[in-house]
Amino acid sequence: MSAIVFAGSAQFASVSIIAVGGGAGAAVAAASLMNSRFLPMSAAVGPSFSGGPLKRAAKGQAVVDASWAMSSRGDGSFDEHLLLGASAIAYVTWVAGTAVGAIWGDKLGDPDALGLDAIFPAFFFGLLLNELHSGRARGVAALGATIAVVLVPIAPPGIPVLVASLASLVGLTRRARAEALERQEAEGEPR
Amino acid sequence: MAITITGCALITAAIKAAGPVALGGRELPTWFTSVVILLSPALLAALVATQAFAEGDHLAFDADTVGVAAGGLVIWRTGSIIACVVVAAAATAAVRTV
Repeated sequence: MSAIVFAGSAQFASVSIIAVGGGAGAAVAAASLMNSRFLPMSAAVGPSFSGGPLKRAAKGQAVVDASWAMSSRGDGSFDEHLLLGASAIAYVTWVAGTAVGAIWGDKLGDPDALGLDAIFPAFFFGLLLNELHSGRARGVAALGATIAVVLVPIAPPGIPVLVASLASLVGLTRRARAEALERQEAEGEPR
Repeated sequence: MAITITGCALITAAIKAAGPVALGGRELPTWFTSVVILLSPALLAALVATQAFAEGDHLAFDADTVGVAAGGLVIWRTGSIIACVVVAAAATAAVRTV
């Protein structure tokens, strides 16, 4: 499952439903909701990918939270090579880690005791700080976090993060558009 | 289990392909770029908030919340993302032992 789905939280969501006796339909639905956040992420990187539609669709498979966030240049474009490279490394270690866990899992002890579950949010926090270069970005981050936290108790897993992406629509205000245009012109020819 | 894995794989692949196929290879209007610039802070903040505060479908202020806060403090003061994740994991583990 790690080798062909390659999306941690969706795998955990579907496996935990199977574990409590839920059906395959419910498990797939939960994983799909969890992965729905890749829709805005893949829409954001889309313009940064080169190649024809098939090639871009293949590259889109490399989109995972960490490499997507790392490759963001902060100006709306993404470093295609960094994203693909980071995902390749993540993929190999993810599959290898799954194999290690499957074979020696009983002997490794409880990963929670080591605090390993705090690594991803802390890493994303670090990446987030690099994005907060304007008052508008800080406002959008606060709005996104608030939306997500409010929705956690009432929406299925995955939906809070998807809905939080709507906070970026603040970018549609006239001033935000004017500043994006200014930045594009300052950089000259678009990449 | 095979049905679950195949279903998850197909739907995830379709979700991830949608953006690059629909939006790649052409010039995009300024309003789109303007929104995409703000997608990173919105999604990252949501990921941090849900992973730090949510346990399944309820909110909890617990060990990993403390760990992420400690990590945030470290990256703010030192700028080192490695130190940030190490401190976050160590602080979370430390809180769990008490």
